[in-house]
Amino acid sequence: MSILVYINSNGGIHKSALEVVTYGKKIGENVTVITSGSADTSTLSSLGKYGATKVLVDRSLQNDDAQQITRLIAAAAEKTSATTIVFSQDITAKAVAPRLSVRLNAGLISGAIDIPSSDGNVKVNVFSGKAFGSVHVHSSKQIISVLPNSIQPEITGSDCTVEEFDGNIGAASIKVIDTKKPEGEIPLPEAELVVSAGRGMKAPENWHLVEALANELGAATACSRPVADIGWRPHHEHVGQTGVAIRPNLYIAIGISGAIQHLAGVNGSKVIVVINTDAEAPFFKAADYGIVGDAFEVLPRLTEAVKKFHATSH
Amino acid sequence: MKILVCISKSPDTTSKIAFTDNNTKFDENGVQYIVNPYDEWYALVRALEIKETLGGNVTIVTVGLAADEAIIRKALAIGADNAVRIDAEPSDAFYTAMQISNYAKSNEFDLILTGKETINYNGSQLAGMLAESLDLPFVSLATKLDINGTTLTLEREIVGGLQIEEVTLPAVVSCAKGMAEQRIPNMRGIMAARTKPLQIIAPVAIEPLTSYVTYSIPNSKTACKMIDPMNMDELVELLHNEAKVI
Repeated sequence: MSILVYINSNGGIHKSALEVVTYGKKIGENVTVITSGSADTSTLSSLGKYGATKVLVDRSLQNDDAQQITRLIAAAAEKTSATTIVFSQDITAKAVAPRLSVRLNAGLISGAIDIPSSDGNVKVNVFSGKAFGSVHVHSSKQIISVLPNSIQPEITGSDCTVEEFDGNIGAASIKVIDTKKPEGEIPLPEAELVVSAGRGMKAPENWHLVEALANELGAATACSRPVADIGWRPHHEHVGQTGVAIRPNLYIAIGISGAIQHLAGVNGSKVIVVINTDAEAPFFKAADYGIVGDAFEVLPRLTEAVKKFHATSH
Repeated sequence: MKILVCISKSPDTTSKIAFTDNNTKFDENGVQYIVNPYDEWYALVRALEIKETLGGNVTIVTVGLAADEAIIRKALAIGADNAVRIDAEPSDAFYTAMQISNYAKSNEFDLILTGKETINYNGSQLAGMLAESLDLPFVSLATKLDINGTTLTLEREIVGGLQIEEVTLPAVVSCAKGMAEQRIPNMRGIMAARTKPLQIIAPVAIEPLTSYVTYSIPNSKTACKMIDPMNMDELVELLHNEAKVI
C-alpha cells in the first residue's frame, strides 16, 4: 500500500509532522512525504528516521493557499499512486483535506485517534470528545486526518532522499495581507503539558501564578470560556467545546468548575489534575488527581515542588 | 448580495450522549435538536449583518428530513429570508456537500457561509468539499469578515496565530467564534418565520464515501486521587512515577 503524508514545513518540522510520518509508517511500508515551504533539505531528509521512504518538496508554494496545496497533494498522489493520504488535523488540514476528498473521490476521516483496525475502520473523536466513532470508508482511496498527540513519534530508520517536485500548483486564489504569530509560544493543540485556569483566579493580574507554573513545567497556558469572554485572556487560549479541543499528556485545571462544555474540549487528556476550592466542583469527577485548596496558596507551592523536582536529576 | 448559509441540526450542548442498536446509532431519546451553534451564531448572524448593510437576500439550506423543519423555522425567525430543505438523511459530509453543491450551482450565490464544524461530528469537512465541488476559493475558520465591493477581507486562525486574507467573490467561508454575536429571535421574527418561503427539493443520487460503523463512550475515570494541598511534592512525585507525564 502506498501512503502519502502531507506536512507543512514552514518554520521547521513540528512534532505533529513526526507523528503523522510515524502514523504513515505504521500503516504501510512505502511512505512518501509531500511538503511545501521553507524547511531545508537536511531537515526534510531526517523525516526518514520516522519512516519516510522519500520526501517530495515544492518550494514554489510559500503560503497556506488551500487550493494550491490541494493541487500539490493531488499531483503527488498521482505520481506515487497513493491509496491513503495522511494529514495532521490542524487548520491547514481542515482547509485542504475536504477539497482533496472531492477532487480524488476519497473518503475523509477527520479526527482519527488511532491507526486503522484490522477491518480497516478508524477510531475518531465525535460529539466534541464525548464519544468515539469507528469510521468505514467505501471508496478505494482514503484520507485520514489525525488529531495531534494521538501517536507518539518513533524512530525506526535513517535519513531518506529528498526530491524537488513540481506540483503544478497554479495561481493563488487567496491573497495574504498580514500574518500575526506570537513568537516562541507552544501552539496549544500540540502542547504535551497544559496549565489552564478559570474564573477562580479572580482577576487577570493574578495570571503570573499560572504562567510561573507553566514556565517551570515547559507547558502551554490555556483558559476557560468565561475568562476569554470577559477578556482576561486571549481567545486562542480558550479550550472547550466552542474553543480549542486538546489532548495533552497532562492538563492542570485551576479554578475551573468543569462544565460539560469545558470537559468536551479536554477529556482526551491522558492525565487531568484539578485544583479547586470547591470540593463539589464537577471537574473532580473527570480528574485523576484532585486538590481541594486555594489556588493562590497551592500554585506557588506546586511551582516550587516542580522546580525542586527539576533541580534534582530530572 | 445573495448569501447562502448552510445549517445543520445538532443535539443541544447539554444532551446526554448515548447510543442504541448495539452502539450503531445515536440515541435520540430525550435529545433536543438545535441549529448547530457555529452555523447559527456566526454564519447566519454575520450573513444577516451583511444584508442589513449592503442589501440582498439570505437563504438557508439544510439537508434533512421533515422533522428538521423546527430548526429551519428557528433560522428564519432569526432573520433569514427563505429556506431550502433537501429532503434526505445527511449520511456523510460528502453526500451532504454534493447535495448543497447541486442546489448552489443553479442559484449563483455571491457568498456561501457555514459554521466551522458541527458539534456532533466535528468533521469541519462540508465547506471545503462544497468549495472544491463549486471550484470556489475557501477560507476556513474565519473570525472576521468584511466586504468591499467584490473583495472579502477575512481574519482567520492559522497554526499558532492569525492571518488576514483577501479573496474575490464568489467564495465559501467557514465561520468561527468572533465573527458575530448570537441573536435571540423576537416575537415578530417568530411570527414572520411561519410564512416565509420554504422550498423542499428532492436529493440527487450520490453515494456517501464514509459511514459510522459503531460508537463508544470513553471509559469513566477511576476515582480521583485526592492530594493534600500542603504536599505538592507528593503530586509531582505521582505525576512523575505513577502517571509518567513529567
